[in-house]
Amino acid sequence: MSTVQPSVAAPRTAWHVAAVAETRRETPSAARITLDVDGWPGNLAGQHLDVRLTAPDGYSATRSYSIASSGDGSRVVLAVDRLPDGEVSPFLVDELRVGDRLEVHGPLGAYFVWRPPTDGSSGRPVQLIAGGSGVVPLFAIARAHAAAGDPTPMRLLYSVRTPDDAFFAAELAAAQAGPAPFGTTFVYTRRAPDGDDAPVGRISRERLATAVIAAAERPVVYVCGSTGFVERVASWLIDLGHDQRAIRTERYGGT
Amino acid sequence: MSFITGGFSGRSRERDERLPPGQTLVGDFPVLSAGPTPEIDTADWEFTIRTESGEHRWSWDEFMRLDIDEVTTDIHCVTHWSKLGTGWRGVSLDTLFADVETEYDYVMAHSYGGYTTNVPLDELLDGKAWVAFEFDGEPLDPEHGGPARLLVPHLYFWKSAKWVRGLEMMPTDEPGFWEQNGYHLHGDPWKEERYW
Repeated sequence: MSTVQPSVAAPRTAWHVAAVAETRRETPSAARITLDVDGWPGNLAGQHLDVRLTAPDGYSATRSYSIASSGDGSRVVLAVDRLPDGEVSPFLVDELRVGDRLEVHGPLGAYFVWRPPTDGSSGRPVQLIAGGSGVVPLFAIARAHAAAGDPTPMRLLYSVRTPDDAFFAAELAAAQAGPAPFGTTFVYTRRAPDGDDAPVGRISRERLATAVIAAAERPVVYVCGSTGFVERVASWLIDLGHDQRAIRTERYGGT
Repeated sequence: MSFITGGFSGRSRERDERLPPGQTLVGDFPVLSAGPTPEIDTADWEFTIRTESGEHRWSWDEFMRLDIDEVTTDIHCVTHWSKLGTGWRGVSLDTLFADVETEYDYVMAHSYGGYTTNVPLDELLDGKAWVAFEFDGEPLDPEHGGPARLLVPHLYFWKSAKWVRGLEMMPTDEPGFWEQNGYHLHGDPWKEERYW
């Protein structure tokens, strides 16, 4: 008896049935949704999945969402921001209840991911740069880094409208206090917390230059946010001397 | 297998038959890129087709003197958005391959910035693909692949390599950058060939 070996690795991605284990408000416009996914193979920090919702008459809608969690096991955490004109995100944020079932396909993407150094040593420093809900896959990376106790320096630059709009605020503060070297710099585009005297407004090239790990330290940079945010930040990073091949980007849907 | 998610009704019931399964119509033009947008001056731009026997090469000016097609087509991104009736200008791959002799059946498209994607040659010929440099009557924006991108609208749009700089003939089908990172080797939107 012989077996045929597939020429590429067996697919690890597939459709899975997911049940909502928990849903709670993350910000005024976003929900944190914890799913129990039947047969989920685990996922790397930074990956995403597709969510498919099907209505009683068979109509279905599919959207991609970054995963806020990583590792083995069948629990998957999403953090979904409500798009004002959205078809799927308002349902996920406002209507979804514990016990509801939906379908997910994944894990997806093998490039915008982070793995801890396997030998316990410190690798190239890592700079994460998030715009708004673009923080979701970067939070997964920061949490994986903290969980691994990885000695590699990692920083997050997080652009957000107001303190109330920040995702994962408590966890980010905890990661900063943990043993893995990690720090967050917030840029507030509309309103800063009381007592914060940093300038309020969209991130500028000068602000970016002072807030991120210097190009001379050869960081690996992950940028995630709206297309406009990513385009601006990535082009400034190159102006600042960062290696284009060391900059990984992920852009969120329509502008 | 599909089942109902309680409470979800969705919005649209008038499904456009030009929309492949799992796709949603958009009015804007989202961007999927793995890295920064490269800046390419047309004075430095060149396009090559490399075969087992040699290389064909065009400068920007030489390229602009080739026969130029006007193309109106639907485009479908693997991230679930589609645009219908988009307008492009570009050079047909039939024109570029007119004097190219090759025994090889597969193509690797190479881009400025280092990205690659693989396409069988017969999916690029017979009026199915172009190197496009205008979108909706304007020079193609860098973030959408300008100065020139591959346009293979019958496959998912990651196959339409942005910032394309050349095609390399291959004897066998090899995965490009996106395909090595989880996207399907072929990418037919009507068969939902999104991921492997």
